[in-house]
Amino acid sequence: MAEPRVRFELATPNRLVVSEDVEEVVAPGLQGYFGVLPGHVPFLTSLQSGEVSYRIGRTEQYLAVSGGFAEVQGDRVTILAERAERPEEIDRERALRARQRAERRLQGKTQEEIDYTRALTAFSRALARLQVAGRGPSR
Amino acid sequence: MATLRDIRRRIRAVQSTQKITRAMKLVAAAKLRRAQERILEARPYAHKMSDLLGNLALRTAPERHPLLARREGGRRQIVIITADKGLCGAFNTNVIRRSLEFIRQSEEASLTLVVVGRKARDHYRRRSWTVKSEMLGFFDRLAYSHAAELSTRLIQDYLTEETDEIHLIYNEFRSVSVQRVVREQLLPITPAAVPADAAVVDYLYEPSADAILAALLPRHVTIQAYRALMESLAAEYGARMTAMEAATKNASEMIDLLTIQYNKARQERITKELLDIVGGAEALRQSAEA
Repeated sequence: MAEPRVRFELATPNRLVVSEDVEEVVAPGLQGYFGVLPGHVPFLTSLQSGEVSYRIGRTEQYLAVSGGFAEVQGDRVTILAERAERPEEIDRERALRARQRAERRLQGKTQEEIDYTRALTAFSRALARLQVAGRGPSR
Repeated sequence: MATLRDIRRRIRAVQSTQKITRAMKLVAAAKLRRAQERILEARPYAHKMSDLLGNLALRTAPERHPLLARREGGRRQIVIITADKGLCGAFNTNVIRRSLEFIRQSEEASLTLVVVGRKARDHYRRRSWTVKSEMLGFFDRLAYSHAAELSTRLIQDYLTEETDEIHLIYNEFRSVSVQRVVREQLLPITPAAVPADAAVVDYLYEPSADAILAALLPRHVTIQAYRALMESLAAEYGARMTAMEAATKNASEMIDLLTIQYNKARQERITKELLDIVGGAEALRQSAEA
């Protein structure tokens, strides 16, 4: 018998990135990573910058996302993110530079709270990109 | 009576204009296709966003969130979206005319304007209205980040209570040849009514429904602004394509007309020359006979 599946959709303002039936989704919730299998309770959360992965059989796919929400309802998982990139779309050099820049800002003694928050978001975004880029091209 | 050379020169001028209008039409058509695709691609995100918003508004106390709360002040901010360039028929004029009507209906003293696109800026710079801010010259490479920049400014104006309502005026893309000027209230947000028979889902929220709503609302404003900018862009290309097609056709007609004139003038000249020769020959013959 085939594994039960959930409908997984991931949309950004620019396009529908994923629309597939999958067996499992893992996403970076605001209070930590969570996994969704068929039969999950209705769930709505904000997401942090991080890695979204989904599995069909033995193949797993990864995406770096930031700025978003996830909704689980019935056997549907919907993620709305401002940015989502597959490993092959990520510019590692750029992400590395972004991480260094953010580190410098975080160490700097600017007590400006907005700058600090902004640097922190940039840092976690760069980190997520590097993590996903390290997964190698999908498929 | 124009000489032959004048007419020939005019034909050549009209022909080169026609080459330009035809090229502009082709460029607009290609860009239009891309712009239309982008509107379609943005739709899943936008739809899901308003569904979520409607759902959340039912489960929380929406009046508690400042972006949803209605205020009594009646001060308006109007965001006018035109193109950066002309040569697109009545596209820019229509938006500006509509914005002037809306300004007349508003209380002028408390009005602020935000202009997007060079044409709106040029028009309102010449008048006495306060232009609070402007965004220009980005339509060629329109991205979500432009919408984010615009919405951040608008949200800030709203939250600092510089204004009580924010409206958008822009051209909506109906079809290649039809644009419609629309006005929409951007802030405060009116959540889409959830149909009464729709099942309201009781979610598990993380961290809380209120916190999610607070994160969702600014993004909702941004996607609304993004949609308006993309609609305006597609409508602009549509309008330009139609305008340039009409211009190309007019040029063809003018070339035909000038060609007829040219041929007529040429024939007249030949006839005149013939008459001269015949007349001259006749005179010679008569003098020889004498």
